[in-house]
Amino acid sequence: MTREMVLRAAPLLVLVAVLLAITLGAGLADTVTSRRVILCLVNVVAVVGLYIFMGNSGVLNFSSVGFMAIGAYVAALLTMPPNAKGMFLPDLPVWLMAAELPALAGPVLGGLVCAGVALVVGLPIMRLSGIAAAIATFSLMFICYIVLGNWTSLTGGQISLVGLKAYVGPWTACGFAVGAVVVAFVYQETRWALALRASREDEVAARASGIRVATLRLGAFVLSAFVCGVAGALYGHFQGTLRVESFYLDPTFLLVTMLVVGGMRSLTGAVAGCLVISLLTEVLRLVEVGVTVPGGAFTLAAPAGFGDVVLAALMLLILLFRPNGITGGREILGNLAETGGRHDRI
Amino acid sequence: MNAFVQILVDALSLGGLYALTALGIGLIFSVMRLANFAHAELVTCAAYALFALSAHPLVMAFAGSVVLAVLLAVMTERLAFRPLRAADPTTMMIASFTVSMLIQKLLIFSLGSRPKSLDPAPVLSQAVYIGPAQVSLLKLVTIAVCAVLLIALTLFLKRTSFGLQMRAAAENFTMARLTGVRANAVIVVAFALSGVLAAVVALLFAAQSGFVQPRLGVPLMITAFVATVIGGMGSLPGAVIGGLLVGVVTTLLQTFLPQDLRPFREAFLFALVILALLVRPNGLFPARGLKERI
Repeated sequence: MTREMVLRAAPLLVLVAVLLAITLGAGLADTVTSRRVILCLVNVVAVVGLYIFMGNSGVLNFSSVGFMAIGAYVAALLTMPPNAKGMFLPDLPVWLMAAELPALAGPVLGGLVCAGVALVVGLPIMRLSGIAAAIATFSLMFICYIVLGNWTSLTGGQISLVGLKAYVGPWTACGFAVGAVVVAFVYQETRWALALRASREDEVAARASGIRVATLRLGAFVLSAFVCGVAGALYGHFQGTLRVESFYLDPTFLLVTMLVVGGMRSLTGAVAGCLVISLLTEVLRLVEVGVTVPGGAFTLAAPAGFGDVVLAALMLLILLFRPNGITGGREILGNLAETGGRHDRI
Repeated sequence: MNAFVQILVDALSLGGLYALTALGIGLIFSVMRLANFAHAELVTCAAYALFALSAHPLVMAFAGSVVLAVLLAVMTERLAFRPLRAADPTTMMIASFTVSMLIQKLLIFSLGSRPKSLDPAPVLSQAVYIGPAQVSLLKLVTIAVCAVLLIALTLFLKRTSFGLQMRAAAENFTMARLTGVRANAVIVVAFALSGVLAAVVALLFAAQSGFVQPRLGVPLMITAFVATVIGGMGSLPGAVIGGLLVGVVTTLLQTFLPQDLRPFREAFLFALVILALLVRPNGLFPARGLKERI
């Protein structure tokens, strides 16, 4: 490895180190906090997945939660023991009922199915830009929600699916989060991602330079869907139960907000946004539960629901004061590899 | 014939509600390119005002809800959207999400998330007959109110000086400012109008559903938002036609889809939305000046 390559990889190394540090910290914390950390790491996978497409192409994408739902259900249906499936979903096709693949097959196959779906639906949708793309991907998320929520024989519809193997602990989640960050970083260093970012800055000029915008977007969309599908599978195997309701509007907005608050134009921003909002959520939860003042005999506790209000207000304030996100769209240590005169990296 | 009249009334009353909501969203988008998701909370808060004032006569309760919705709309513009006017549209859109979330959480925090029942206009719940067909009076009133408001708004936009300024700002904001249109005034009036529209929608919608809860406006706003995009983002006639179209298509799907596919009604609707966008990415009636000149 040359010195330049190490310098170029500096942001990646920092992000991986941060993720490892957080996971180490989770090992020392109590069970509740440790579960919060796992959820945060699963969210890192999802937000990074979202970033791969949104960050590089600059096109709004609301469909990632739909892909998470697909990934989660594919993983659950392929890895749950047949007798557990029989209890909730008696009408499954025979081959699916009998399938009981090893745990790791869940996220991989969940991601692959999502990638396949993304390839098919992305083929037409990726021709759209701007607000039309936003609405089209929004519609896609709705379709996923409605189809999964009403396809009772396959997903149980509105009832919860219980009995998934809850194997996702801190280190599993950390491994996948690091994996997602590596995938996103390697992708953004490719010439396709560079061309895609060029189209983000100026679509017309990029087209005029011979960049096939729709094709490149499709590639990013498929990769993004894969990572989101993995995140969904992890989410299911972390919670141990699945509800279609948990893949609807609230997480859709939350994930996109995490990305934008962090700064949607850099991988550092994706990870930072996720960590900051998770941390704020956790602190506000603690405040709601009640903080015992050290040495004091009384507990300070905010009324229930107060944390949500403060969280929304804080997210708005961050956007007002840093419209380009916390990172401003730059990578951490991203300037190390720059050589020669000052020029803006795209 | 009976069935036809009923379907027509259903479609027009639903489409009318969507059209009014879409118009509220479209007004804001046309003057400042903001896709305002917080419009949902204007509707919700107006409905809560109706609930809080339900002891008073309807006219007073409605006046109160209009005042509240207008104040809220103008406040969100001043506090959240004005500082972001120079930011890119994605940031503005996400900011409107967070505003929407903030108001929603405040409502849950202060009033609880449980639905509260209200019946702002009990007179309207009776049925009337058009020939042999039985339809609800409320739906007929909804259609009439939508029609009157659309005409009033058209007159405002076409016949008054302020309407002219708004249309100019919608067409080319920078150019309008150069010719002396006061940008802040136009934007504030657009927000105030969207507040009025939201209050009307709240009244009609609450009368139909019979309860208020903190997320009352959200599904309405989402459908209306889709309608504005189908109609042509930034075009006001487009928003109205898009709203009506979505209402009609929803009603038709509800009526004519086979029983076992009916739960998937919305999936079909959104699939049609994607199709419509693929054929006409800028909507059925693309707004002039929306496309970037090179």
